[in-house]
Amino acid sequence: MMSDNATSRTLLVCCGTGCLANKAAAVADALDAACPEASVKRTGCNGFCENGPIVKVQPDDISYYRVKPEHAEKIAASLGHGPVMSLLFRDADKKLVLRQADNPFYAPQHKVALRNIGTIDPLAIDDYLDAGGYRALERALAMEPDEIIAEVTASGLRGRGGAGFPTGVKWASARAEEVFPKYVCCNGDEGDPGAFMDRSILEGDPHSVIEGLAITALAIGAEQGFLYIRDEYGLACANVAAALGAAEARGYIGTNIRGSGRRLRLEIVRGGGAFVCGESTALMASIEGRLGEPRAKYVRSVQRGLWDKPTVLNNVETLANIPVIIAQGGVRFAEIGTEGSKGTKVFSLVGKVERTGLVEVPMGVTLRHLIFDIGGGIRRGRRFKAVQTGGPSGGCIPEGLLDLPVDFDTLTEKGAMMGSGGMIVMDEHDCMVEVARYYVKFLSDESCGKCTPCREGLRQMLAILTDLCEGRGQQGDIELLERLGATMKESSLCALGQSAPNPVLSTIAHFRDEYAAHIEEGRCPAGVCPALTTFVIDSEACTSCGACKKACPVDVISGDKDTPYEIARDGCIACGSCRESCRFDAVSAHQRKEALA
Amino acid sequence: MDHSTHIEEIARRYPAERRFSLAILQDIQREFNYIPAEALPIVAARLDTPQAHLYALATFYKSLSLVPKGKHVVKLCDGTACHMRGAGNLLGSLSRQLRLDADGRTDDGQFSVELVNCLGSCALAPVMVVGEAYYGKVSLEQLPTLVDSYREGGENDE
Ligand SMILES: Cc1cc2nc3c(=O)[nH]c(=O)nc-3n(C[C@H](O)[C@H](O)[C@H](O)COP(=O)(O)O)c2cc1C
Ligand code: SF4
Ligand code: FES
Ligand code: FES
Repeated sequence: MMSDNATSRTLLVCCGTGCLANKAAAVADALDAACPEASVKRTGCNGFCENGPIVKVQPDDISYYRVKPEHAEKIAASLGHGPVMSLLFRDADKKLVLRQADNPFYAPQHKVALRNIGTIDPLAIDDYLDAGGYRALERALAMEPDEIIAEVTASGLRGRGGAGFPTGVKWASARAEEVFPKYVCCNGDEGDPGAFMDRSILEGDPHSVIEGLAITALAIGAEQGFLYIRDEYGLACANVAAALGAAEARGYIGTNIRGSGRRLRLEIVRGGGAFVCGESTALMASIEGRLGEPRAKYVRSVQRGLWDKPTVLNNVETLANIPVIIAQGGVRFAEIGTEGSKGTKVFSLVGKVERTGLVEVPMGVTLRHLIFDIGGGIRRGRRFKAVQTGGPSGGCIPEGLLDLPVDFDTLTEKGAMMGSGGMIVMDEHDCMVEVARYYVKFLSDESCGKCTPCREGLRQMLAILTDLCEGRGQQGDIELLERLGATMKESSLCALGQSAPNPVLSTIAHFRDEYAAHIEEGRCPAGVCPALTTFVIDSEACTSCGACKKACPVDVISGDKDTPYEIARDGCIACGSCRESCRFDAVSAHQRKEALA
Repeated sequence: MDHSTHIEEIARRYPAERRFSLAILQDIQREFNYIPAEALPIVAARLDTPQAHLYALATFYKSLSLVPKGKHVVKLCDGTACHMRGAGNLLGSLSRQLRLDADGRTDDGQFSVELVNCLGSCALAPVMVVGEAYYGKVSLEQLPTLVDSYREGGENDE
């Protein structure tokens, strides 16, 4: 029943980092002031940050988007009288959407790891408890370690950090070790550029990770643990720190967990901002206060990890799934997903899609479903070109493979990988050679330099790819890249170097023509590489709106209502901003014949 | 200026164990915007670790800097999501507007600009952070005014 006073209503204001950037804190304050009788809750990220700040009214189940502080009065006045139409979401057909569940972005999602985010206040442990939190830990306290591990094994859960190693197997190995102390660790380094799943979980539901880590500790017999979190993730560090304090005060961690006599001390270690520190052995070196460099893995960290003691390291999202598995049973969890990949996966769907954000779907949905149904297809009616999954260690997947199911094994067979969940969508205006150069540049900066194939291989690849982008490509470059890639895969020390050639090899595999055009014709088909590209305004299509003139960072576009718009050759840096800014497709890219000014 | 006592105080926030080297250096970085030269011997003595070890950490981790940064640190995200949405052009524009030197600083000490990998707000790409303030969907057009608001006397300069 709907009651029509504010007292019975809860306003959930999204205060994740994305919405905070859009002044969500002021929105929450304004709502506090405008409706003192309602309860205003500050939640974690709803995943749809582009349309934030998001405010949800409960129990009416109304969602508002792009809310500004000045809308607070309107919202307050509307409580119990129906929605504020102007703040509702409009779908592609301009239809107003009232409930989050009817929003095309959310409707196909299935939330497990993100189950509480957006509905609870991460700083209120009672919210977490009301949502069923810490019941799994209570249950685990009454179980034998082997029973806990058996549930996790039955769930089929595989690590969400990228490698997909079966979690139950990892725990069982660590449990079998008779060396103490043992340690548990949470990998919150999230180095994949373009991905923010773990950040969102740490910020929006820190207790789920702490509970998962506490259950891990019970299963393997550890009494101490670490949460390694990127230092740049300030809000995540703060919320986890607060949650640790609250969990300890209620006895869910600490010296005598819920009166059981078991103990667990957890602390946060702030990462130094190096991609390689996400790798397990480098991460452990970093926690010990050493340089974050990987070591060879002939001894596994479940045997000798932190301070040479048995250590289990799991990813944030992996851990957030654990309480669900223990609470419902592993078999129930395994009902979701595919044969080899159970449960759901959170993806960071970004790039050139219409709707970007965090999405959680059952394993095994197709890329097409993710990009076109949830993501709403490509922006501005452009053509899909490729999607990069798995971050810098992953690969590019072309249109022909869009109907593949997304799970741990299928994408790997095709030379890409699902990875930790980054999903970067590219359109016809993205150059695949430049994309490869981008990833290789990233990896070459991030290679720790310890082993030669990775350090020197990346440097050579970068030099070749830069030459290609700048019009100095030579016959044989593609083959050279392939040979370098094969050597690096085989002989690099850690997975960074071993997987580093993937973005290059997969773009060559699927877009070899584009590489060839750079080398043989000095042409960048996508019109991206400035040394090879020039832009022209088509006076027929031009509506004299002036958008390109405003967008040009070097002011070389002239024109007004009466004079046709034109780009001066001199001074143009071929950045392409004009083409991006034009709503009428009047600016087109052409092959540059003369040298860049 | 002598920062010794302040650095000493920061180092004492943690137990004297080597595993806290990075945490102490991060706190010093946060406090001073860089790691002042006098910090290394003080922290080394406190943790009973060679200075060379701390120096190695300070050069390995990108978030630590041995040279002073500008008053306003501008972090421009060049993570993949931001790269695909024009981060490169933003950097070019910033460098032209601010006349940055090779280290990405302005000679009046007001700004330093860093290209960083993913600020974790990818759905708002391209993203830029000035100090602690996040800006999403930054456009070339808005950049000059945004930067100006941080110049001396601007509304965001404090
Ligand atoms: C270069 C490199 C970077 C990595 N970065 C991360 C990361 O940021 N987060 C993460 O959870 N795993 C990362 N991993 C994977 C970890 O090494 C490890 O497999 C994972 O944390 C184990 O947890 P899981 O089994 O729950 O996935 C990285 C691996 C490599 C080689
Ligand atoms: S390509 Fe860039 S520099 Fe050249 S006209 Fe277009 S916006 Fe201006
Ligand atoms: S921060 Fe609000 S939707 Fe992501
Ligand atoms: S890629 Fe820029 S915020 Fe993630």
